[in-house]
Amino acid sequence: MSYIANTDEQRREMLKVCGADSIEELFADIPQNLRPRSFNLPQGKSEPELINYFEKLARKNYFNLINFVGGGFYDHFIPAAIDALVSRSEFYTAYTPYQPELSQGTLQSIYEYQTGICRLTGLQVSNASLYDGGTALYEACQMAISATERRKIIVDGGVNPIYRRILHTYTANLSIELVEIPVSHGQSNRESLFSAFDDKTAAVILQNPNFFGVIDDHSDIVEKAHSFGMLAIQSVYPIAIAILKSPGEQGFDIATGEGQSLGIPLSFGGPYLGFMAATKKLARKMPGRIVARTVDVNGKEGFVLSLQAREQHIRREKATSNICSNEALCALRAHIYLSLLGKEGIKQVASLCADKAQYAKERIKAIAGVKVMESSPTFNEFVVKLPIDAGECVGKLIDYGFAAGFPLGRYYPDMNNYLLIAVTEKRTKYEIGELAEALEAVLCQ
Amino acid sequence: MTPKDRMYTRTHEWVKVEDNEALVGITDHAQDSLGDITFIELPKIGSKLKKSGECGVIESVKAASDLYSPISGTVTDVNEALETTPEDVNTDPYGKGWIFKLNNINQNEIAELMDADAYEKFLESEE
Repeated sequence: MSYIANTDEQRREMLKVCGADSIEELFADIPQNLRPRSFNLPQGKSEPELINYFEKLARKNYFNLINFVGGGFYDHFIPAAIDALVSRSEFYTAYTPYQPELSQGTLQSIYEYQTGICRLTGLQVSNASLYDGGTALYEACQMAISATERRKIIVDGGVNPIYRRILHTYTANLSIELVEIPVSHGQSNRESLFSAFDDKTAAVILQNPNFFGVIDDHSDIVEKAHSFGMLAIQSVYPIAIAILKSPGEQGFDIATGEGQSLGIPLSFGGPYLGFMAATKKLARKMPGRIVARTVDVNGKEGFVLSLQAREQHIRREKATSNICSNEALCALRAHIYLSLLGKEGIKQVASLCADKAQYAKERIKAIAGVKVMESSPTFNEFVVKLPIDAGECVGKLIDYGFAAGFPLGRYYPDMNNYLLIAVTEKRTKYEIGELAEALEAVLCQ
Repeated sequence: MTPKDRMYTRTHEWVKVEDNEALVGITDHAQDSLGDITFIELPKIGSKLKKSGECGVIESVKAASDLYSPISGTVTDVNEALETTPEDVNTDPYGKGWIFKLNNINQNEIAELMDADAYEKFLESEE
């Protein structure tokens, strides 16, 4: 069956209406070098041929690599119960609820997800989720700009460079000034940050652990920011904050992060989950949907979409954000993950990650010519300096069955020999040993 | 009854001048049309407002509406009680439900507004 059902006769009729004699004449305004080389597509394939073709393509991927890549997205264990539960048609067929109160089950799951995010971040209110960690961070900037009526944002150099690029893209054509303060020894540079703070700045953005895996207590930076009437935003790794001081405990006004680590597969980059929590004071500045629990006229518990006057369908162009959807299924995965593990379980995962990363650090440190950056404490990710180009080294380690890490040269031009290595609870002592041996072998070549 | 001690706008705000300061709120008609008020975003103290400029938002169970300043001036005070009891605007729009206070006001701008009788006529004509 042809996808384009127009007959030659119909095409002639349409061309006549357009006043062109041929397709060639219709496209005359498009320069030759911008046109497809040919419109002659190959003949269609049968279903078995098609499957064969794509399976062959899929085999070109390296799968089953032992994964030490992080950079904001991590290879954590995903309990089978998550797939089983989210595959229930009540959940996966329902899009964001447009007749929300009719979908009590969906609303309840979102409400419980929000509760989990609030407990994790130590803040009072959360929304029904955003697209991913980077866009959530941009939305937090907008909240700060709206709450303070200031248009300058200070970004710590330890914030994920992918997120910083997202911030630049989003703000490129808005009158918002982004000021980046480079880290010193992998850690937030207090002195430079403080001297950049002023009463024209809406907020400072920090990340914990930062992109280099370094953990920090930002309480002093938050306090200083508040003294200028600024807000403080922290982008966090949800597994790490189970055992670190939460954003709420450090006094942050807004916390955002990538929720992929909470039961969502890496799957080539998405779909992921942006989460956000804030102080109660900022609830009305929050983007997106917020689910609340209430009682009906008979005193029975029920769930509703709350504070909708912030949103586009009521406030139109003056809405707090143009987010009118959420990542409901991913949020549900995160909610099930948090519920299955519980408060102690997630702490255990976090501790395992930290312990195994420490072991990996020691093991890799022993390799001649490799230097582990150790001036600041880290969680489950750390930077090593190699005697060769890190990207090249990672390429060679693929042949040994490893995705060995994230070459920092990709975002930091002066760090071509630096590799960011992440260790999750899934990595075994044996795998860490094998990686170290493979690295030794590659460096001896 | 529409109090005669103040002036009114076509966007249903009132202004009451006391010692070179102007108290601003919304009219009984405005609160009645909005329904139960759930939240008021107040202007910031110290902000300079322009006549007919947006200076806040009033959210009710029915809608979210912009609040306009009836005259130009600088905000010297806001009714912070409305943060916890926004319903004061419903129950007592001309008294406890005042919203903000301005100084640096221009008497000519006030004189251009409607008095109580004119406002009542305006309401009749709107119906």
